[in-house]
Amino acid sequence: MSDIALTPSAGVTPIPLGEVLPWAIFGGLIMLLAIYFIGAEEGAMSLFSGMYVHEFVHDGRHLLGFPCH
Amino acid sequence: MTRDLLIRGMIVGVIAGLLAFGFARVFGEPQVDHAIAFEEKMSQAAGAAAEPELVARATQAGIGLFTGIVVYSAALGGLFSLVFAFVHGRVSSLSPRSTAALLALAGFVAIVLVPCIKYPMNPPAVGSPDTIGARTELFFVMLVVSLGALAAAVGLAKRLYAQHGAWNATLMAGAAYVVFIALVQYSLPAINEVPEQFSPTVLWNFRVASLGIHVIVWTTLGLLFGALAERVLAGQRPRYRLHAAR
Ligand SMILES: [Zn+2]
Repeated sequence: MSDIALTPSAGVTPIPLGEVLPWAIFGGLIMLLAIYFIGAEEGAMSLFSGMYVHEFVHDGRHLLGFPCH
Repeated sequence: MTRDLLIRGMIVGVIAGLLAFGFARVFGEPQVDHAIAFEEKMSQAAGAAAEPELVARATQAGIGLFTGIVVYSAALGGLFSLVFAFVHGRVSSLSPRSTAALLALAGFVAIVLVPCIKYPMNPPAVGSPDTIGARTELFFVMLVVSLGALAAAVGLAKRLYAQHGAWNATLMAGAAYVVFIALVQYSLPAINEVPEQFSPTVLWNFRVASLGIHVIVWTTLGLLFGALAERVLAGQRPRYRLHAAR
């Protein structure tokens, strides 16, 4: 069964690259920026001055395993 | 199509984040509180004045934790759906549900498990503010190398597939991945900034809670997104259904 499912000729057509790419670039950047704000802003580097973002998401940052403190 | 997947990925990410927040609130926060109590005890003993609170503890443990985990998880869900959109039918010709489940497993291993073996999650009071730059750098280097190695291992498995079949190709690529990661982790510098008097129980419980959060997020992504993606893609691909029925 698994061998059948793995054969490339199974007829699963990929989504065309031209359709994936714009979303991947645009969406990917926004998602990475969001993760940056949760994980690293006002830690190793800062886009904003102060410590508010850092302190606000502080518990999440530690519990998600990002380096902190 | 990609847009539909992306939206679903983010929705599933939010749901995963809500579940993970509930878990973090019950199992993670007590450990954070223990760690902060230790931190305060140490700084008092050192004669330092209490630090002014910029954000109240209740806010940090409530809406702050909520925001952190849900936003992280929604963004991760979005990225997950984008990688899925690329991989589906291209790297994997499995059903959408199987592809999503395997992708989540691989993501958990490469993004959470492998980096945390070398640079584990730490509660407050562990880690010196002076080394945050180096620690962040090393953590992200480990993360990027781990992701790159995973992509290379998948590529290797694909190449070995024709000659050795799915099972052996996967085992060989998996072994190559493990050996490579072991070498990388052996050569990267170690970081140990756990204060000597810090409770090992708190440290262990904190790390288990943190792992639990990630397990919840990735399990939800893999299973729930797979189910939704299957629906999205089913409308588009009648041939797939025939294949699945075989
Ligand atoms: Zn911290």
